[in-house]
Amino acid sequence: MHQTISHNGRVRDGEGFPAEIRAQVESVSPDFYALFGYAETLGIDLDDLQKIFYERSRQLHPDRFARASAGERELSLRASSLLNDAYRTLRDPLKRAEYVLSRHGFDVGQQRSNNVPPELLEEVFELNMALEELRSGDEDARDSLEAARANFLAMRDEIDCGLSGAFARWDVASRNRAGEGASAARAMLAEIRGSLNRRRYIQNLLRDVEAALAGPAA
Amino acid sequence: MANLLQIDFGSDQDAVVGIDLGTTNSLVAWMDLTGPEILEGPGDERIVQSVVAYTEAGEFVVGEAAREILLEQPERAVYSVKRLMGQSAEDIQGELRLFPFHLAADQDAVLRLRLGGKTVTPPEISAEVLKRLKANAEYATGKAVKQAVITVPAYFNDAQRQATRDAGRIAGLDVLRLVNEPTAASLAYGLDKRKEGVIAVYDLGGGTFDISILRLHNGIFEVLATNGDTHLGGDDVDNLLLAIALEDLATEWGEDVAANHQIVQRLRRAVIRAKEELSFAPGVAIQFSHAGRSYERALTREQFDSLIADFVEKTLVSCRQCLKDASLDPGEIDEVVMVGGSTRIPLVRLAVERLFRAKPHTELNPDEVVALGAAVQAGILTGSVEDKLLLDVTPLSLGIEVMGGVVAKLIHRNTTIPASASETFTTAVDGQQNVLIHVVQGERELVKDCRSLARFDLKHIDPLPAGLAKIEVRFLIDANGILNVTARDVRTGKEQSVEVKPSYGLTDAQVEAMIEESFEKAEADLHERQVREARVEADSILLALEKAKGNQAWDALAEDDRERIERKHNELLTVYHSDNYDLIRTKIGELNDSTMALAENMMNTAVNSALKGTKI
Repeated sequence: MHQTISHNGRVRDGEGFPAEIRAQVESVSPDFYALFGYAETLGIDLDDLQKIFYERSRQLHPDRFARASAGERELSLRASSLLNDAYRTLRDPLKRAEYVLSRHGFDVGQQRSNNVPPELLEEVFELNMALEELRSGDEDARDSLEAARANFLAMRDEIDCGLSGAFARWDVASRNRAGEGASAARAMLAEIRGSLNRRRYIQNLLRDVEAALAGPAA
Repeated sequence: MANLLQIDFGSDQDAVVGIDLGTTNSLVAWMDLTGPEILEGPGDERIVQSVVAYTEAGEFVVGEAAREILLEQPERAVYSVKRLMGQSAEDIQGELRLFPFHLAADQDAVLRLRLGGKTVTPPEISAEVLKRLKANAEYATGKAVKQAVITVPAYFNDAQRQATRDAGRIAGLDVLRLVNEPTAASLAYGLDKRKEGVIAVYDLGGGTFDISILRLHNGIFEVLATNGDTHLGGDDVDNLLLAIALEDLATEWGEDVAANHQIVQRLRRAVIRAKEELSFAPGVAIQFSHAGRSYERALTREQFDSLIADFVEKTLVSCRQCLKDASLDPGEIDEVVMVGGSTRIPLVRLAVERLFRAKPHTELNPDEVVALGAAVQAGILTGSVEDKLLLDVTPLSLGIEVMGGVVAKLIHRNTTIPASASETFTTAVDGQQNVLIHVVQGERELVKDCRSLARFDLKHIDPLPAGLAKIEVRFLIDANGILNVTARDVRTGKEQSVEVKPSYGLTDAQVEAMIEESFEKAEADLHERQVREARVEADSILLALEKAKGNQAWDALAEDDRERIERKHNELLTVYHSDNYDLIRTKIGELNDSTMALAENMMNTAVNSALKGTKI
């Protein structure tokens, strides 16, 4: 299915760019999955993704069009930047999930929610106390911060584990898009969004703890 | 009508070269049939020192000759100008204490230097080095050189890259690509012989430091992360030694010579010699004499190592950050490549070996490997190298200024380029027709801590109530690592005009003016150039004729046709060494005309044998 491009940028069958790539480049909302010839799934074989990325790069990179017409050079620049954007998004499971959510009309702004998830209230309260103590020079607080870090890491692992299960379930459910199947799949996405928000919140807490632990003792 | 010059013997194409435009030394290379090769100018000039002087006669001189002027008349010469590319007068205040740069009185977005009474910008100075390399390449290849790949430090920002590209344009070169020095080096090393692997390239040159980590996969060189410092290199080691020597002289001679540029330049030469010897000897002496007085100071390797310990540690900090950005542990690096003259320092090699737990590659000459890699990249662009492809990254995050002087990052550092991001802007006031976007580069959160790149003015927006206009702005970093901005009115779908005001660097109009000035200057050289070009043209027809004579079409030619060709051939040889390029051209034309029957015979032979399925 891949067309071969000779080094001077002419496709040997004479038809400029691969049509399916050109369509994505010119689209207002390009489909990252289509660039890789994939159907939309939350689970992706990363080795295969990388293989296709390298193949497509060989085909589309501006280096292959250095002596082509201005129009083809421009197209190659846009196509390879789109390919890079798509690869960056799809290879990272979290970015990939956010991408899928946004395609299904979910709001996935990167806003750092100030609302503490209710189940984390206690941990966050204790964490803030420990951070305050460390700032005021109480080195004993380090131990509780270390404990908090281990706790958050475990929570993050648990979420990741849950997410990969949820991804697999959605991939199955989304194949059946008619009637009840569609609403079940949508409910799964809502659940995934919840997990992603929670994960982001924990990630931010981890960052604060690690910065405090790495920082100079007061 | 066919003639010999139209038959492609593959000898009349322009050469595309690769150029390492270094802080201390510059080199040019190309792809020979056997691989990349350094091109030498007249007198076997292999390395051109990146020193430029403006003589009393009003001419630029480059390389060794400029170095001599630097010693006698320091105000007429400049070295390490790469440190000034894309910088403002404000940026380089710190450098002025250590480098004898003379700033011109009038400064704007572009830094201007005084060079023996002439005001010049860093790109114009670099262009002189490039012109010399271009001439050397033309001398070595016998071909016209119009297109080039030029290397830049991986950690160069947008302004530094633009300044380098401007230098190329001023020198009359079409810069096909700016390629990062460490990645170019990895291309030259032929490391793709190992099909898979992760390599680190540690590049410590005269004025810049880069570390890049790459993944190799069947000829694809994918950069995972890069880090560095565009103002850290061998120059800094020289300055450390120089400071000691100056202090000694102040005590021993009771004289502060720091303000005497001539003495300082000679002293600098002495400490550089000592530094270089220390790479091979356990101890040396810095020796210097002036006006009948002499100075000598012993320096052991141990003392030298402790002097430069902080300097080496700075490079290691970059290396550790780069590993972190690539999400790798030092043990996951399969091979390390050393690039740049400063990697000859034993302490540097030891530190790198310890960090990456791998014996670094030093097989290729660290001064030449970048130019060789640039030639490989030139081969990739022209299609002569088909199996390799470089996927590089942007070294610095790109962002825009938002409310409160805060940076909103659009493209993060270490993103594979080309990369793009888009953002929609609107108006804040009824009837507003302009929106100003301030683009910055850097990792910090506040605009004041980042590097201002440019201001983009979206103009002639349709006057509408506040918030109704929607302009989508697309930021695209191309394969050179240079930002391109386009804008579109979302409502109408029309292209929106954008006016670019670069924060540092030359505007397009200024570059055009410099190109023009450069051409006027070049008129004096035009005669010589035309003679040279005529000879190159003569060479190609002489070569074509020689090849044609081995063809059966030559034997099939009528006796008087053959005689006429021989006569014209001799006439061309007679005028070949004259300075009259018109005459050479005329004789080329006459010889070419005389070969029409021959060329037609050759084509017929080719067609016939193709029909018979045989090779000629």
